[in-house]
Amino acid sequence: MTKLIVDGTEVDVPAEYTLLQACEEAGAEIPRFCYHERLSIAGNCRMCLVELKGAPKPVASCAWAVRDCRPGPNGEAPEVFTKSKMARKARNGVMEFLLINHPLDCPICDQGGECDLQDQAMAFGVDTSRFAENKRAVEDKYIGPLVRTSMNRCIHCTRCVRFTAEVAGTSDMGAIGRGEDMEITTYLETAMHSELQGNVADICPVGALLPKPYSFKARPWELGKTESIDVMDAVGSAIRVDTRGREVMRILPRINDAVNEEWISDKTRQIVDGLKTQRLDRPFIRENGRLRAASWSEAFNAIGARMKSASPDRIGAIAGDLCAVEEMFALKLLMEKLGSPNIDCRQDGAKLDPSLGRTSYLFNATIAGIEHVDALMIIGSNPRREAPVLNARIRKRWRAGNFPVGLIGEAVDLTYPYKYIGAGAGSLSDVVAGKDFGEDFAKAAKPLVIVGQGALARADGAAILALAAKVAGTKEGWTGLSILHTAAARVGGLDLNFVPQAGGKDAIAMAEAGALDVLFNLGADEIDIAPGAFVIYQGTHGDRGAHRADVILPGATYTEKSGTYVNTEGRVQIADRACFPPGDAREDWAILRALSDVLGARLPFDSLVQLRRLLHERHPHFARQDRIERGGDLQALAAKAGQGTTDKAGFVAAVQDFYLTNPIARASAVMAECSALALDRQMRHAAE
Amino acid sequence: MSVRRLAEVQPASFEFTPDNRAWADKQIQKYPLGRQASAIIPLLWQAQKQNGYWLPKPAIEKVAEQLGMPFIRALEIATFYTMFNLEPVGKFYIQMCGTTPCMLQGSDSIKTVLERRVGPPHKVTADGLFSWIEVECLGACCNAPMVQINDDYYEDLTSENFEKLLNDLAAGRREVKTGSQIGRVTSEPVGGLTTLTELWGKDGRSGPGRLPKAEAEPDHAAAADEKAYQDAQPGAEAPLHTQMSQSQKQRTGRPESSVAGTGTRTERPVEGEGKKADDAAQASTPPSKHTP
Ligand code: SF4
Ligand code: FES
Ligand code: FES
Repeated sequence: MTKLIVDGTEVDVPAEYTLLQACEEAGAEIPRFCYHERLSIAGNCRMCLVELKGAPKPVASCAWAVRDCRPGPNGEAPEVFTKSKMARKARNGVMEFLLINHPLDCPICDQGGECDLQDQAMAFGVDTSRFAENKRAVEDKYIGPLVRTSMNRCIHCTRCVRFTAEVAGTSDMGAIGRGEDMEITTYLETAMHSELQGNVADICPVGALLPKPYSFKARPWELGKTESIDVMDAVGSAIRVDTRGREVMRILPRINDAVNEEWISDKTRQIVDGLKTQRLDRPFIRENGRLRAASWSEAFNAIGARMKSASPDRIGAIAGDLCAVEEMFALKLLMEKLGSPNIDCRQDGAKLDPSLGRTSYLFNATIAGIEHVDALMIIGSNPRREAPVLNARIRKRWRAGNFPVGLIGEAVDLTYPYKYIGAGAGSLSDVVAGKDFGEDFAKAAKPLVIVGQGALARADGAAILALAAKVAGTKEGWTGLSILHTAAARVGGLDLNFVPQAGGKDAIAMAEAGALDVLFNLGADEIDIAPGAFVIYQGTHGDRGAHRADVILPGATYTEKSGTYVNTEGRVQIADRACFPPGDAREDWAILRALSDVLGARLPFDSLVQLRRLLHERHPHFARQDRIERGGDLQALAAKAGQGTTDKAGFVAAVQDFYLTNPIARASAVMAECSALALDRQMRHAAE
Repeated sequence: MSVRRLAEVQPASFEFTPDNRAWADKQIQKYPLGRQASAIIPLLWQAQKQNGYWLPKPAIEKVAEQLGMPFIRALEIATFYTMFNLEPVGKFYIQMCGTTPCMLQGSDSIKTVLERRVGPPHKVTADGLFSWIEVECLGACCNAPMVQINDDYYEDLTSENFEKLLNDLAAGRREVKTGSQIGRVTSEPVGGLTTLTELWGKDGRSGPGRLPKAEAEPDHAAAADEKAYQDAQPGAEAPLHTQMSQSQKQRTGRPESSVAGTGTRTERPVEGEGKKADDAAQASTPPSKHTP
């Protein structure tokens, strides 16, 4: 720790701190553009200049380490002034220079109102310019469908360049030319190919990079802001949903160091248009093979009529990937009351068994914990597509050095190098036997094994999970086995034990022809249901599920209801309602509650509060928000390793098209464009 | 400077010749494992040379691939350094210095010749022989004005000799002279030596361990010291001045006579006559070495 005096206040900070951090510690505000706490230091904007006693010139505080400050002649602590005349003058000067080539087009700039340059020019700039010459003009660049550029506004902080090189790992952006002719661009204006590219618009301190789909749509001060949780993948990124009236205008990341730091994936950010299109806004009934709009009572009566004639074991329910815990809980109670054991939340057929304890299906290492592991093995997963934000964490750990990574499954570009061990279960058995990567891995004190749904959603999934548990080992105080889920609803469903009860059928069996008479489909769109059964689809979009439905009940998306979600780590989080569902659509728990009346199996709650009270009574951990609760250990699971046969087929990652994994994304034109672009790139790559 | 972009018309592919490939591998090996990217500039440079002095897109990509760098990183380098030509250049690629010393010495007339003979800058002539650009100081200001053509400097230009030079190049004549076009050697003064016309220490007023004396009187004690110093040099059989004249010959590679032309430089005067010799040297104008 080093003592330092900032504006007369003494602070004691670690020597490796920068002056900027030390000043912040002392409560002084330092303006900045290029400095970003999650990126490397560039020191090129000079906005953070401060006066350092004894230094002949102002120093860039972001690039000056505390340990480089010299003490005074009599050993006094180094002294920094952030408000002195020199510091003020330096900032004035830098600001004047920055604005020389800046177009000052704030009135037509989307960044207006939330622009660092605008704010800092107000706070630290001068009120006039002495520059009477022409400003430079820079061509706007195409850098992909998600980010619009307006390169006249760029101040060359290189945050975007550093982000794509360091965090995203795709090195998409760069600065070509030099001096006055320096330009920020991608390689020959190709589209960026990161799943995190939208974040460059957030970190750009000016309006040079802006979200393209949101162009000229709204001003920040007219938006209502709701803090929420993302459901596009199982990471549970912290988001802020900005609405104007009934409409969601945009989605931005919030900072949550335990989960997403301050990044979100492009799907999380840009499915906004998917929330508005293809919506089911009233109930439908299929008549003579065609769906027709109906009223709620008509729809309920149609269901009631059908249910009456079905015996309980011929009724079943499947819960989809975007469901909140509340509606799955309601549905489970309803099925209990109807006496049916056929319920399942694993539409992909993953062989995860909640009876083995929570530890057997959670990402036990935790996302923040990735930074502390010392070896990684990925089994049947492509984290870059399944959870881009989590993949950025792995990359962060890899950048810290000394991090062997092995992969069993498809050989794909993960943005960091890895040792390719093999394609399928055979290679996994080799590793268990200590061969190949196994040796390195056994040495690790904190090994991490990521098991994807691609390895679990197959007939031999249970055997593979056991092998993986064996590889991860059961060390004292460390559980390395980590399941990477792809569905936001999955862990919540498993927590609720939303799996076949005694003698019940699982999702795959329920979807088979002739298995059931009535199937209640709660937003499960990734499963093919064979003809025969009467299907009630409760969901939000006219997607696969709705096409196979006999009755459609319109529900609410995650921005339109308050719902509990549990992320892949087992972290309980609540997504808040930002706006209301369209038309006749209703919150899902309320639909189920109303339906239960018609079916003569009334659910014991009349409000969300009552529902939650009952939920927390039965499953107390749902009440403890933002916490991760462990349950059970892996001994039993690991002991089963080697039992049961495994299939030779290679693992195929659960997510093949990152942009189109759920009904909301499939309804989004922006995601469709991204998907087409990615596909095109893949084809060209394959052709080469 | 201006915004630089890749050329519109690009070759389909680029491949190093086996020789260049081997050369490139050697460059890469100079750097520790994982730091191959450090070899980017030599490799791009070699690629440019191989490709008629300009750097096409396939070459940038090839080099980036070879060094395991993202394309954009290589493009950054290629666009940053103006010595990488991103567009085709003439067989004789002329970089004309237009910075102050050259300008004062008449680079404007060189430019006029270029504009008349070759055309506007950045444009290759129809016969593919010439293209030119104006550059900043190339570090040969002593021999201003000057141009660089491909790898060679051509100095002491006038509009006449420059025009002749261009004609010679165009005619494919081999005997064009590089360096000064008026016969001067390196950057010696045009009118012969004006300073250092005497051997250092020879006049007895300067030398090892001595402060220059204000009076013109020879310093006998100093001369004696110098003698002692020479004796102390192991293996210094020949007198110092002979050694020096020899090395002078080697350095310049010129015949003895032209060195001797400066007279006083090699003749060591009798002790006590330093002043007289000085005067003589100043009075006599040494014969010019620059007779063409
Ligand atoms: S585009 Fe934005 S983030 Fe990138 S260098 Fe310019 S100002 Fe910085
Ligand atoms: S923030 Fe310090 S130089 Fe940019
Ligand atoms: S000014 Fe022309 S070479 Fe220096």
